[in-house]
Amino acid sequence: MTALFLIGCGGILGALARYGISKWLGERMPISFPLATLLINVSGSCLLGLLTRHIALWFPAASPGAMLFAGVGFCGAYTTFSTFAYEMTMLWREGRFAVAALYLGLTFVLGMAAAAAGLYL
Amino acid sequence: MAYLAVALGGFTGAVLRYLLSEWMATWHGFPAATLLINTSGSLFLTWFYTYTMERFPIHPHLRLGIGTGLVGAFTTYSTYAVETWKLVDARALGMALAYATASMGLSLAAAGVGYRLAMRQSRLRWAGEGEGEAP
Repeated sequence: MTALFLIGCGGILGALARYGISKWLGERMPISFPLATLLINVSGSCLLGLLTRHIALWFPAASPGAMLFAGVGFCGAYTTFSTFAYEMTMLWREGRFAVAALYLGLTFVLGMAAAAAGLYL
Repeated sequence: MAYLAVALGGFTGAVLRYLLSEWMATWHGFPAATLLINTSGSLFLTWFYTYTMERFPIHPHLRLGIGTGLVGAFTTYSTYAVETWKLVDARALGMALAYATASMGLSLAAAGVGYRLAMRQSRLRWAGEGEGEAP
């Protein structure tokens, strides 16, 4: 039960952070590229990489609980695969194939690189 | 209210993801749970957003709670990225490549299926309503 509560609370913060950033960026940068989701997935992948590597060092007394809250809950809910797939579908529907290819490439390359930076650097 | 809807959805989505991944675990080291989560979430979200936009408008807060909150928190990119590197670390390069491409390919294909399904349902609804109208 404690595990579910920790994950749920991390999930609340992660979903709210994603919503807040998308809303904030959407209002200030009215561009038709899904920049918010890209930034969220890249930064969240880097954070989960960092947590996976350092959590035992940062929270020596409570690393399993901290990982459930910050890793599984927050990072998991903050980053999203479904919104990325939806946005890809909308770019495809609008016939913007080059933008779709760019979005796919940037999400994959930058997301993987950010996770590796967190895990290994 | 919008924030409350996202928060409720975020709690539920994260907990569902954890329960499903604990229940399925990995198949011989292959992170099948995350693959299933991301594929099913991509299918549902694209269907849900398309259907509620095209033909069946619902309250914006409900759309936000289910879409941005629940499904957004259920699916995850960070876990996908870290799991891929863990497979590379374990010298399971073939599995890492299969996982990385299958997640992308299946999730995008599933989103396409969700979109087509919603558009098909929209057309059927239009046609159904048209039958009752006077010529």
